Amino acid sequence: MKVLNQKLKAIAPRLGFMLTLIAGVVLQACGGGDESKKSDTVDSDAAAAVYVPPGQHDEYYSFLSGGFNGQVSVYGLPSGRLLKVIPVFTQFAENGYGYNEETKPMLMTSHGFIPWDDLHHPKLSRTDGMADGKFLYVNGNNTPRVAKVDLTTFETVEIMEIPNSAGNHCSPYPTNNNEYILAGTRFSVPLDMKGGIAEESMEDYKDKFRGSISFIKTNEDDGHMELDFQILVPGFDYDLANGGKGPSGDWVFFTTYNTERANTLKELGASQNDRDYLAAINWKLAAKYAAEGKTHEMPANYYHNTMDHNSHIAKSNVVKKVRYLLPEECPGMMYLIPAPKSPHGIDVDPTGEYMVVNGKLAATLPVFSFSKMQQAIENKDFDGEVNGIPVFKYESVLYGEVQEPGLGPLHTEFDGRGNAYSTMFVSSEVVKWNVKDLKVLDRMPVYYSPGHLMIPGGDTKEPDGKYLVVMNKITKDRYLPTGPELLHSAQLIDISGDKMRMLLDFPTLAEPHYAQAIQADKVAPNSVKFFKLDENTHPEAVKKEADASVTRQGRTVKVNMTSIRSHFTPDNIEGVQVGDTVIFHVTNLEQDWDVPHGFAVMGANNAETLIMPGATQSLRWVPKQAGVYPFYCTDFCSALHQEMQGYVRVSPRGSNVPIKFSTGQKRPVPPAQASVN
Amino acid sequence: MRIYLRVLMVVAALSLGTLFFFPMWKIYLEAPQYPEGLELHIWINKLGGSSESVLQNFNILNHYIGMEPINPDSFAELKYMPYIVIFFMVTGVIVGLLGKRKLVLYWVILLAIAGAVGIADFYLWLHKYGTNLSPNAPIKVPGMTYIPPLIGPKELLNFNALSLPAWGSLGVFLALVIGGLVYLLSRRKVNST
Repeated sequence: MKVLNQKLKAIAPRLGFMLTLIAGVVLQACGGGDESKKSDTVDSDAAAAVYVPPGQHDEYYSFLSGGFNGQVSVYGLPSGRLLKVIPVFTQFAENGYGYNEETKPMLMTSHGFIPWDDLHHPKLSRTDGMADGKFLYVNGNNTPRVAKVDLTTFETVEIMEIPNSAGNHCSPYPTNNNEYILAGTRFSVPLDMKGGIAEESMEDYKDKFRGSISFIKTNEDDGHMELDFQILVPGFDYDLANGGKGPSGDWVFFTTYNTERANTLKELGASQNDRDYLAAINWKLAAKYAAEGKTHEMPANYYHNTMDHNSHIAKSNVVKKVRYLLPEECPGMMYLIPAPKSPHGIDVDPTGEYMVVNGKLAATLPVFSFSKMQQAIENKDFDGEVNGIPVFKYESVLYGEVQEPGLGPLHTEFDGRGNAYSTMFVSSEVVKWNVKDLKVLDRMPVYYSPGHLMIPGGDTKEPDGKYLVVMNKITKDRYLPTGPELLHSAQLIDISGDKMRMLLDFPTLAEPHYAQAIQADKVAPNSVKFFKLDENTHPEAVKKEADASVTRQGRTVKVNMTSIRSHFTPDNIEGVQVGDTVIFHVTNLEQDWDVPHGFAVMGANNAETLIMPGATQSLRWVPKQAGVYPFYCTDFCSALHQEMQGYVRVSPRGSNVPIKFSTGQKRPVPPAQASVN
Repeated sequence: MRIYLRVLMVVAALSLGTLFFFPMWKIYLEAPQYPEGLELHIWINKLGGSSESVLQNFNILNHYIGMEPINPDSFAELKYMPYIVIFFMVTGVIVGLLGKRKLVLYWVILLAIAGAVGIADFYLWLHKYGTNLSPNAPIKVPGMTYIPPLIGPKELLNFNALSLPAWGSLGVFLALVIGGLVYLLSRRKVNST
């Protein structure tokens, strides 16, 4: 009997899992009809916990990546209200980003103009280990790029292409004082060491393919990003990273997979080794080696695009060389920790001592110890090396393993009270566990298949452990159906108590991967209301109506015009001919909060452009047929918005209609008695 | 005149100096879509407001009803008023130094007249702007005029206008009160000695 009991005890947790899985299947089989079952998990006072009364503000800004829409969505928390969409890597017809002349250079790369990317990871800039609310850094995964969003304007102000990289997934990770923004390559590729990717047979993967980790620093002179150097690393897939803090503040950790270096059918080929690696890089030492001249240099060819703050004109600069370090020449800079098969997220707890590796295919959740790692370095407790990089023995750096955490752990964040929260993709749940004793404390089912989760400051030394946002990959029946394509769902969980409490579901744009959140008062007071006309340095700006002009230079017609409630100057334009390139430089003369004017002209092959007060934006238009073309303000600006319009007369090529422009007519002053009213 | 009264008289004269540091009148406009409010500040030498561009924003709103744009250059008062204030400050200090009771009275009366004329002038401007509307205005409400209140609240279409004296006016008020007190107290002293 005793023996049977023990046996039962031993298999009980596993039975639990089986039951969870079966329950999941049964629930799914039941379909969406059973509303009561779902609402059972939500307290009756949950609505009050997320209710932000009309006119009141949310407590947090949250920045959710848009994944394949290339944008960042800004949501207020706890309400889950969408506040703004920030276009970063993707053209945005809504405001002209990437369509108007000023912002087109932002999307230039060494591959030419690219109107789209896959944006995965937002990270807030940091001061003293804490989010400072100044900038948001995001990665472009497909064509490797790192971008910077200015949180005073919520506009993308800088995009830098990453050379020697392919699939900039493991990016961008700021160190605790923004010394460096780190970006690792997801796909290793054969480098030609001349600034490009070599043309090689994929069969030669093992010998010729390499990865890179880029160290981007903020230039002290103009605040722009600058690629300081790269480390060329073994040809694995670099998945995710996170920086240490406190005692581990000098280190950054990267998960790797495909250490098998398979070049095809990676879902099998990259899943053969029982262990892949967690790469530990001492960034301070790397910077020191770079400063000491340990770097090599190779030709490069990458774009660095910056938006000028005053003119609002983006400029592209092509950089032609890059420095790099080789780990085998830099002792003590890089180590490899064996980690469970194909790990995904790596998350460092607020104390900086524990590194949690989310092994998505593993049965346990290993936690590594930074102090044990230091000791292992001292004792040279290694188990061989890869490309000259020492590999630790698993046990010598392991703190412990969370047993039966759930299925498919992907990411972990922390609440600052000693607890960790991990998403389980396969078992569709968030699991709360204690970092010290590694015991599971609570489980919350989420709908369905969570990817990242986010606690405001949950990746910093002082998390704000009140709410948790979990971003789910599968939506299915959570909302009213909208055809085959559904928005992804996010869920807000109250984590202030012992047990997690589900509060809210809200749909999110495209596919949020990671997110960041920050107390609203760290960002809101710095929000710009409008741009000062006096500070507008756009060379084509017109600051008063009297200076508006239309000029022809060859086959280009330049219209320097103004908009103010509720008219354009000029609003009657003649002398344009078929096939001319017409560039409308529109300056919004308004100097008040929330009075943008839009500009659109019939037949334009690009988009409208939305001009903020005090700014100048330019729209290119090539009329193809003679006629009269209306243009108008697209943003309902005032009671006379509908009247805010004008006409361009387009004459046949070679016509003798001269350039002429005007607004309004000089009327005779009406006699005083004439009014019938 | 006792020395402290002379000092008070000088204080009265100098308190007019607040006019150089603070507006003398403020017109507040409030409407649902202006939660932050719009304030026009009238100084002795300039027009200002709650933001640098407040005049432009007032004029944009006013052009719908055909009100003439407000332009600081069209107010000659803004050019000569500072000299009048300086005149009163200088003469006030001199009166204090001389310590002549009669002069105190004349100074106070003159200042009161100047203040009254200023307010009357202000009203005339408000009246002119509020009634001299362009016949081509996009928005015409039959019989409606838009004279902002001289003091106190008034509803003007979607706006709640409120007009109040500001810190600068307090300087004038103090000058009058202190000047008046100096006159009264100096009489009591004469009687008692």
